[in-house]
Parts: sequence; C-alpha cells; structure tokens
Amino acid sequence: MKTTEETTTAGGGDVRLTGISKTYGDFTAVHPLDLTVPEGSFFALLGASGCGKTTTLRMIAGLEEPTAGTVHLGDQDVTALPPYKRPVNTVFQSYALFPHLDIYENVAFGLRRRGIKSVKKQVEEMLELVQLGEQARKKPHQLSGGQQQRVAVARALINHPKVLLLDEPLGALDLKLRRQMQLELKRIQTEVGITFVHVTHDQEEAMTMADCVAVMNAGRVEQLGTPADLYENPRTTFVANFLGTSNFIEAEVDSTSGDDIVLKAGGGKLVLHRARASAPATTGGKILAGVRPEKISLTHADDAGEIPEGRNRITGRITESSFIGVSTQFVVDSPVCSDFEVYVQNIDRDPRLAPGAEVVLHWNPAHTFGLDAAQDIDAGAETVEEEVA
Amino acid sequence: MATVTEAPPTRAPVAPEKKPPRKRGRWTPYLLLLPGLLWLVVFFALPVIYQASTSVQTGSLEEGYKVTWHFATYWDALSEYWPQFVRSVLYAASATVLCLLLGYPLAYLIAFRAGRWRNLIMILVIAPFFTSFLIRTLAWKTILADGGPVVGALDALHVLDVTAFLGWTAGDRVLATPLAVVCGLTYNFLPFMILPLYTSLERIDPRLHEAAGDLYAKPSTTFRKVTFPLSMPGVVSGTLLTFIPASGDYINSDLLGSTDTRMVGNVIQSQFLRILDYPTAAALSFILMAAILAVVTVYIRKSGTEDLV
Repeated sequence: MKTTEETTTAGGGDVRLTGISKTYGDFTAVHPLDLTVPEGSFFALLGASGCGKTTTLRMIAGLEEPTAGTVHLGDQDVTALPPYKRPVNTVFQSYALFPHLDIYENVAFGLRRRGIKSVKKQVEEMLELVQLGEQARKKPHQLSGGQQQRVAVARALINHPKVLLLDEPLGALDLKLRRQMQLELKRIQTEVGITFVHVTHDQEEAMTMADCVAVMNAGRVEQLGTPADLYENPRTTFVANFLGTSNFIEAEVDSTSGDDIVLKAGGGKLVLHRARASAPATTGGKILAGVRPEKISLTHADDAGEIPEGRNRITGRITESSFIGVSTQFVVDSPVCSDFEVYVQNIDRDPRLAPGAEVVLHWNPAHTFGLDAAQDIDAGAETVEEEVA
Repeated sequence: MATVTEAPPTRAPVAPEKKPPRKRGRWTPYLLLLPGLLWLVVFFALPVIYQASTSVQTGSLEEGYKVTWHFATYWDALSEYWPQFVRSVLYAASATVLCLLLGYPLAYLIAFRAGRWRNLIMILVIAPFFTSFLIRTLAWKTILADGGPVVGALDALHVLDVTAFLGWTAGDRVLATPLAVVCGLTYNFLPFMILPLYTSLERIDPRLHEAAGDLYAKPSTTFRKVTFPLSMPGVVSGTLLTFIPASGDYINSDLLGSTDTRMVGNVIQSQFLRILDYPTAAALSFILMAAILAVVTVYIRKSGTEDLV
C-alpha cells in the first residue's frame, strides 16, 4: 500500500506523548501522562465521560495546548505546531462537516488547502472507498448519520495523515449502524494502514476494534494492553468493572506454596496463581480475588460430590435467574459476596437451578485474578451505569 | 453495499384512509393573520394606492387635483432629480460598506471572543436606540463642528487635505460635506448591520473552525472559506437593513449636509411639505421604491450564488 510506505519512510510514525498534562484552573483534566501509540496500530482511549480521553486526543491534534509535556509524531516534536501544520487529521464527534460545501468539496478541502490542483481522482477514489460515490454533489444535511460519518472519515483520510484521530465517531449512530461502522472502520484501517487513535466510552467498541486499549479514569491511564489482556488480567477494580463484569471476594492470604497463593474467605479456601496477582501477597494480608461470571460453573448442592478436585469452590443460594438465550444469568447469594454473578451457557440446563436452590460455584483457579484490596470494589461499575442512563 | 435482489414481498396496497380535515382549527391561521393584515391594509396598502393615484394626477392646490393618468410626471421628476437619486444610492452604498467594515469585526468579536462580556457589548450596540434618531444626529453636528477637536485633529493630520482632494470634504470643514452625511448614515444604521451579522455568526458551530484548522487551513483561510461563507445570510440581511433605509433617509443630509448633498429623501420631503407639489413627490417616492426593489432583487439573486463570496 502506497500510504504505508510513505509513512514508514518518514522515519517511524509512532505517536509519543511524554509527560503531557492539561489543567483548567484548579481542575486537572489530564495528569502527566506517557503514552506511545505504535505506528499502524488501531489504538483506543477508553473511559467514561470526563476522564480526559478527548482532551488527550485534542492535544495530539493541536486543538488543545498541553499545560506541560511534549507530543512527538515519529521524530518530529509537534507540541508547538498549530493544528493546520500537523500531519494529523481528526474525525469529530458530530462530524463537523462544512454545511455550505457539498460532499465532494468537503472531502477535497484538505487537499485544496495544501495547494493540490488536481484533486478529482483522489476525491473520487476516496468517496469510492467509503462507498459514497453517488452522493458527491449532495450537501451534508441531505445524508443520513451513517453517511455523514463516512464523509467525515473520507475527509480526514484523503490527506494521508500520519495519525487519524477519531473522537467518539460512532456516538451519534444507532446500535445496528454502529456495529456496521465498527467493522467498516476496521476494514478501512487495515486497508490504508494508517495509525488510528480512537476515543470512546463504549468498552465493547474499543474491544472489537482496537489492537491496543488504554483505559483512562480521572485523567490517568489505569491500564494499557490488548483487549484480551485487559479483560483477563485487569490490574485495578476500575478496569475489571469497566470492561465487562467482575465478581470480587475480599480474602485474606493464608499461605503461599510455590506458584500458588492460598486465600481464606468465608471459611473456605481459594487458590490464586501468583502470576495473576497484581498486588504483593504476604501471609495475613488482604487481597481482592476476582473472577469473571462466565468462568464459573454452577452445580446443585446435591451433586457437590461430582465436582472435580482442585477447583475453587464457594457455596451459595440462587436469588435471581434470567434467561438470555445463549446463556442464563444467575445472581447467587454467598457468604463471601452477596451478589455473585454467574453466566451459564445453555447447553444442558439443570431444571433444579432456580431461585432458592442451594448451589456450589466452582471454577479453575487459573481464572482467579488478585487485586490490591485497598481500592473501591465498585470503581468503574457505577460509571458504566451512568453512561447507559 | 448489499443490494436487495429479491423482490420484496408484495403486499396488498392499502389505500391510506383519508380522514376529512377537522373543522376545528381550520380558521385559526386566518384569525391569526387578521390583525396584521388589517394593519397592513389600513396603513400600507391604502396609502400606497392613494399615493399611486396622486402620482398620476394633475391640477393645483387651489383648483384641486384630478386623476388624468399624467405619467409624464415620472419622466419629469426623474430627469430633474436624477443627480439626487445617484447621490442617494452612492451615499447609501458607502454607508453600507462602512457599516460592514466596522460591524463585521465587532459582530465576530461578540460571537466568538467576548466570553462573559458578550451581553455588555450587545447592550452597548443597542444603547444608542435609547435616545432619538434626531438627537443622535444633532449630536454629530456638535462633534463635527467647525474648529471642533475632531476637525482640528483631522486638519492637523492632513487627513482633510486628502478628503478634500477626493471631494468628500470642502476646505477645512467636515460639516455640510458628503463625508459628514455618510458618517451620519453609517453611525445611525450600524446596529442594523451588527445585529443580523451577530445572529448568523453566533450560529456557526465553533467545531467547524477546528475542523478547518485540522484540515490545513490557516486562520485567514478558515475565515475566507468557512466563516465568511457561512455568515452570508447575516451579511445579506445586514446590508439590506442598512442600504434600504439609508437610501431613503433625509435627516442626515438635512442636519449634517448642505444643498450639495441633498438626497432623494430630501427632495421628496420638500416637495411634499414645502413646495406642495404632491404628484411630483408621489412619483419620486415610487421611482425610489422601484429603484430599491430592482437593486435588492439583483443583489439577492447574486448572493444566493458564490458570486459574492
């Protein structure tokens, strides 16, 4: 692909943020932050509204001046450059298409500003890429939300930026269209090979599209990693709750043996692999043991003997069950946690598993993760609910 | 895009049930129109018809006037007073351009940069309306008085030499010159320019400025290619609201000008009130109306396209 060659020959296209921060008066929107976005990656900044993700993006675009720190694109320090001199383009949250220009001229805008005379071929190719060739002479208000969104992408991409910044680009679309555009954006990114930095509050969107996700909370990056890594090995309760659902058990370290840490909780014993504990485990110390709802198996108390040895187990009583189709979601009241969530695949449904039934929850110890006990168990969970409301 | 190749399931066409329009509310629009319509008929349509008939009458004050369809009055009026017509258009156009040059930056400032000062500046723009048009214009007489500080300063800076050379002022006077009349017109109609400009600028999404900057447009290019084209509705209505009343104005010429700066408004006023030649006065009014209509029509036609941008 021609564009990738251009960017690689320019000498490393990584976006490097070094100690970058932004304060408005007394309010700190972004705490000093170091972040490197590898060239050609699809990078997501994920967080609830007001977490500083958009401010970070705008500092890369040059629309916001950092209070401290530097922004590098490859080897070039662009911190002091105004937006119109940065080889970076943005897809704005509400698209910000120019209402007085037609689609063709909107897409050609960046090329014309750089003094390129023959824009016809490029504009037509770009409109073809986003499947809007037919709409070239329409005005933005004549297009649907999804089409406007594609114009916004085309208008930015045609300039072959080193980095494409996307500020909640799918926020205004309905769910079905959003799914479709997620795949579309991913396809375009693979096709053109440009680095995408995508800001979103939708954890599912970030996980499906991005190669690498930075979870932000209150102006800091909580954790950085691949979607699978963040999901399986969250290092804070915020990440554990913000990405999917987690069950937490407040436990005490009983003993350690080799790679295993044995925990004491509600009279029972749980095993946690040392590699999956992100907090130091000292005998007698506290630790939060977490487990994802889909990792747990549910067995009726009468059949407790059939559960294989070596699995973590907890007893409880089902308080709620809801049939979702592919799975059934149970809420179990147990001595260690009053609302333990369990998702069971609907393969062989046990009719005895109904509210009121005594059950044993058990899972492979390898699926347990350990977190520092000195943090809010519900961090991240509430913000997700607010976002939905 | 996946195209649907299968024929959609044919559905029996259901004729939309036509409900008879509800009786209630049918007359409401007309009722709402009525007060305004009555007002227009009594105070606009009837006078216009009356003046139209006056313009084609002949006779004298003593013997009374009769409708004789004497259209020659129009031709006579035009051939005698065309310099005043030309002057009116020139003065009004100059004042409009000056208003635009003064008003645009101010409207831009209020819309995008004023922050918490926005309301205060808006009040300052409207404040002149708290005093009468006449008094404000008389105040300019004092400001531009011979030997006053303004004239003295302009003279010391040799500005008056330049304006006198251009024919805008005469000798070391500003009062009773075209410059004074145009300044008065500009001052009096400035708010009519600023308010529509502000309204249309304020409606522009500031993110469009960011988007233009993001797409390699320098601030000046952003203004030329995005802000100004989007403010065109304000420019058009502002210039019309300035040009139309200014071209018919006579107060500014009367108070700040001389016999050499008479505009068509002054002629109409004196024909009606001093010379009492009603047919000529009415004919002049209609010519002015037609001229304004023609200019405005051409202007609006052009402004709808990119010719003016």
